Amino acid sequence: MHSKQLYQEVILDHNKKPRNWGRIEAPSHQAEGLNPLCGDFIRLTVNVADSRVAEIAVEGESCAICKASASMMTTNVKGKSVDEAEQLVSEFRGMATGSLEPSQLDHLGRLIVFEGVKDLPSRIKCAILPWHTLLAALHAQSSVTTEGDLDPVPGS
Amino acid sequence: MGATEALRTQSSEQRFDVARIRSDFPILGVKVNGKNLAYLDSGASAQVPTQVIERLVRYHSSEHANIHRGVHYLSETATAAYEDARTKLKKFINASENREVIFTSGTTNAINTVSHGFGRVFVGAGDEIVVSEMEHHSNIVPWQMLCEEKGAKLRVIPIDDAGQLLLEEYQKLLNPRTKLVAVTHVSNVLGTVNPVKEMIELAHAQGIPVLLDGAQGVPHMKVDVQDLDCDFYAFSGHKMCGPTGIGVLYGKASWLDKMQPFEGGGSMILSVSFEKTTYTGIPDKFEAGTPPIAAAIGLGEAVDYLESVGMDGITSHEHDLLMYATDLLSDMKGVRIFGTASEKASVLSFNIEGVHAHDAGTILDDEGVAVRTGHHCAQPLMKRYGIPATVRASMYLYNTVEEVDQLAVAIRRVQQIFG
Repeated sequence: MHSKQLYQEVILDHNKKPRNWGRIEAPSHQAEGLNPLCGDFIRLTVNVADSRVAEIAVEGESCAICKASASMMTTNVKGKSVDEAEQLVSEFRGMATGSLEPSQLDHLGRLIVFEGVKDLPSRIKCAILPWHTLLAALHAQSSVTTEGDLDPVPGS
Repeated sequence: MGATEALRTQSSEQRFDVARIRSDFPILGVKVNGKNLAYLDSGASAQVPTQVIERLVRYHSSEHANIHRGVHYLSETATAAYEDARTKLKKFINASENREVIFTSGTTNAINTVSHGFGRVFVGAGDEIVVSEMEHHSNIVPWQMLCEEKGAKLRVIPIDDAGQLLLEEYQKLLNPRTKLVAVTHVSNVLGTVNPVKEMIELAHAQGIPVLLDGAQGVPHMKVDVQDLDCDFYAFSGHKMCGPTGIGVLYGKASWLDKMQPFEGGGSMILSVSFEKTTYTGIPDKFEAGTPPIAAAIGLGEAVDYLESVGMDGITSHEHDLLMYATDLLSDMKGVRIFGTASEKASVLSFNIEGVHAHDAGTILDDEGVAVRTGHHCAQPLMKRYGIPATVRASMYLYNTVEEVDQLAVAIRRVQQIFG
């Protein structure tokens, strides 16, 4: 894995200009995600209406991989049903950890730019943190870390 | 001619034979992504020379048995080698007696041995422990746990922007309730070499003992615990070319005798009954269970190695590298250095404008440059500077000017990618 393959234009762009950046006032769901190893911190605020992710916003301080992943996650899950969003979390996680069947990769669309992290064990958590945080928010957990029992994704 | 040009023109062979030293470290030949490895992460863990590797092989091949137990040949051989390593460590830091050298699993374990053993006896409600703002978590958390347990209070010596302890504030913190001062000899993030001798004098003037976290001290400079007059000095083997899993707690016998053992078990008892157990004296009182025998012997060999090179030469070589690296990075646009104390060890923390340290670290790795990125187990210090993380290059006896150049090239690569 060469970092120039990971640090593609799309990731650099989302890092520089993260989409849906900020905070929703009085959200129906929210959670904070922390990676204590590197200090990545994000806060997600979500409005769920009719079982759909109607609005989503992210803020925080993190590395480019985490920030771009969060930004692209918001654009991907906005408007999707909660079930579809959770399905996407599972697929993204599968891709980042290298356990997803190659045939399923198409489903992830542009999110496959993060596939390279599977060869960089120290960076997998950076990419997955926003997705774990989304799951925590949807499951009404207030916080999640990449370490320990709070991790909502089984087997991580 | 500045220090940098001096280093450039005067060949390394003349002043300090880096090429010969490098040939002792087989791992330095590893290729990373097809590039030469520039190992600038010795502050996290130093590499191990052939001499130490071969000593470990010899121990496991012909000397291993449990120590202090058997009456047979191997047990006696292993015991002699283990105790010989203690003697080497004692001489290396100039302790006055062998029994003042306690083998631990590392610096963290050494500090915890004091926080438990000293804390249980000497710290009570309302007492105070003084640490500094630049401590590694391993010299914060044990004291915090002790304070919580005893109802004592943790007091913190602040630092200035350059990363130097504010000695006036330190003096103000010392009072009759202060039971211990626990500070780092050298900052693992900023490289600051603290004026520990002066700090110890100030504490001793009020009868307060001092523990030094020497994890970043002993590997890089001559340390004389009697000259410093410190009461405790903790350090790790793996940061000084030794194996992992071994470290040392130096303590003055007068304190160690009065302390309680941290762990109970075999080797640390005189007699055991269900009614009462009596402990042995030091150092055994603090070495419960079978110790890391091989690692201790390996550390003894690492001490021999460092002494054969010469600690003064190592310090001076590292200083030259630090000056060179500091000059080079200071001239790079968008690079900010953290830690500009007048007395520094060869640790260079920095950030690249607009780039998180972890992203920088991943790209540096692509260029073969191994650095540490993150909060370096010093979150309070990161908070002091208002940053989440830094990139840290730390240099040792085997590093070269060319590796520092490789770092600079890799930093430019990061800047290109992040435009």
